[in-house]
Amino acid sequence: MLLKTVFVRLLTTAITLFGVAVVVFTLVRVAPGNPISMMLPPGATEEDIAALTALYGFDKSLPHQFMIWIGGVIQGDFGTSITLRQPVDELVLGRLPATLELSLMALLIALALGGLVAVIGARKRSTGTEVGLDLTTGAVLSIPDFLWGLIFVLLFGVLWPVLSISGRVDPRLDIDFTTNFYFFEGLLRGRWDVVSSTFSHMLMPAMSLALPLAAMIAQLLKQNLKEVLNQDYTTLARVRGFSETSVILREALQNAALPTLALVGVQFTFLIGGTVIVERLFAYEGLGNMAIDAVINRDLPLIQGIVLLFAALFTVINLLVDLSYTFLNPRLRNG
Amino acid sequence: MVDATYSPRPMRFKVRNLRLWLPLLWIATLIIAAVFAPIFAPHDPLAQDLMLERLPPFFIDGSEPGHLLGTDSLGRDVLSRMIYGARIALFVSVIAAFSTGIFGSTLGLIAGYYGGWWDRVISRLVDIWMAFPPVLFAVLLVAVIGTGLTSVIFAIALIDWTRFARVIRAETMVQAQMDYVDSARIGGARRMATLLSEILPNVLPSIIALLALEMGIAVIVEAILSFVNLSISSDDPTWGSMISEGRGAIHFAWWVLLFPLIALFLTVLSFSTLGEGLKKQFDPVLK
Repeated sequence: MLLKTVFVRLLTTAITLFGVAVVVFTLVRVAPGNPISMMLPPGATEEDIAALTALYGFDKSLPHQFMIWIGGVIQGDFGTSITLRQPVDELVLGRLPATLELSLMALLIALALGGLVAVIGARKRSTGTEVGLDLTTGAVLSIPDFLWGLIFVLLFGVLWPVLSISGRVDPRLDIDFTTNFYFFEGLLRGRWDVVSSTFSHMLMPAMSLALPLAAMIAQLLKQNLKEVLNQDYTTLARVRGFSETSVILREALQNAALPTLALVGVQFTFLIGGTVIVERLFAYEGLGNMAIDAVINRDLPLIQGIVLLFAALFTVINLLVDLSYTFLNPRLRNG
Repeated sequence: MVDATYSPRPMRFKVRNLRLWLPLLWIATLIIAAVFAPIFAPHDPLAQDLMLERLPPFFIDGSEPGHLLGTDSLGRDVLSRMIYGARIALFVSVIAAFSTGIFGSTLGLIAGYYGGWWDRVISRLVDIWMAFPPVLFAVLLVAVIGTGLTSVIFAIALIDWTRFARVIRAETMVQAQMDYVDSARIGGARRMATLLSEILPNVLPSIIALLALEMGIAVIVEAILSFVNLSISSDDPTWGSMISEGRGAIHFAWWVLLFPLIALFLTVLSFSTLGEGLKKQFDPVLK
């Protein structure tokens, strides 16, 4: 039964990704502005234009172009970037680690911060502290990452300039890593200069992405904690002499966490979507920043590749969340 | 109708009212500023004066009395640009939210009520749409259909309809199971008439609450598109273009970023608080 669920979900994932490919291909092809004319110097001859058009396959019919592109994609060939003249998959995979590190850092901050606020709220339930925390999380939740980013730029760029507000790493550092996961590889190699530099560049954008999610986690987890704290087994733990805080941490938290985790999974994809503008805001050299440049430069193959990668990331994360939730929750296993 | 003034405890009643009135107060201020912009704005929002560039706001030494909130890198008055910016912000938020709401709710009603192939196709479209990073989608769409306010509104409706479609589809499915729908059908009402006269009024509260939320989102999307220079021309006074300029000049004239950011912050907070408040007001379970 579980196998069938997995199969059906894999099939719908494939259909969704194909749909994304069709939509993005159609969009970039109907875009005005000829990418070929932007590549050539002024005074290029008709033959030059025709040769280059043929080289990138723009002389063929749209369905034909789509077949060629999608055929290549299935074989792992995403075409060549028009502006950067490099294979799209190399460019995109080169930037992906930066975006993944940023997203994971934001997720960790959101979990830690949201969890902490939820535990405090549940501990101080029915007091003024809880009301205050509720009002704060409600307000934090409604401010999107873009605005948080701007607020942090003002705070830490002008008022108290301790953190870097642009870039990913100090360009003066000599980094000869095998991967582009500067932060993780720096940790493994013990290159603390790289670790601290990437961390100080990453902290502000990660906080901007994390705050709305942290507020959401705080609200939901606190709600679940309060429900669990009314159950008999938590009363039993209190009777056995545990303090309220240790009842929450030892008994309630793991039972309240499961429904929260389902939400976190879905919200994580929204967080990754938010990296696009937040990276732009902090001039962080990730996928999102590259994507906006690609749109502005009409770099069709690059746009297609990046959008497809984001879509794949989203659908795969959703798939994993669904499957792990089915797996962790026995009642859904035969569903 | 639920009794809107019902409240179990007087203390919560006051807080909740404040949370409804404060946002309304700010939005009313915006509307007045937008309508009477030529009267309130001390200067022409487009007038450049290179002799008076980057003047600080009134509370900092070196400010000029005529420029309360200072000037930007081209000597344009920040306060005047903000007041005129309120016009564009409100215009975009209202038109975009209603376009998005009508488009998305229609699809949600159809999918939820007719089911079958309608539902399968619309739900699959929602899945595909949700697999796009929304900001990248917006940037891409505006690059395709061209810059300008109309494109921004069009892009918002074309991207965010899923927010309405998902909620309204689910609610329509619940409503369609209710007895009153069956009795209307037995009474001889046609499906389309049942949908419009029986189901629509019952999902309308959710649509209204979502509209308030969407207005806040629309202001942000406009600001984001201005930020990447894809909204209207950067001369025009939008909060987004001011923020974009302020980000660039952050080390010389931070006030160009600060003041429109405060306006944007309050507007988004107001719309979403209003949306949440309306949602609770309409929902007897949450009350």
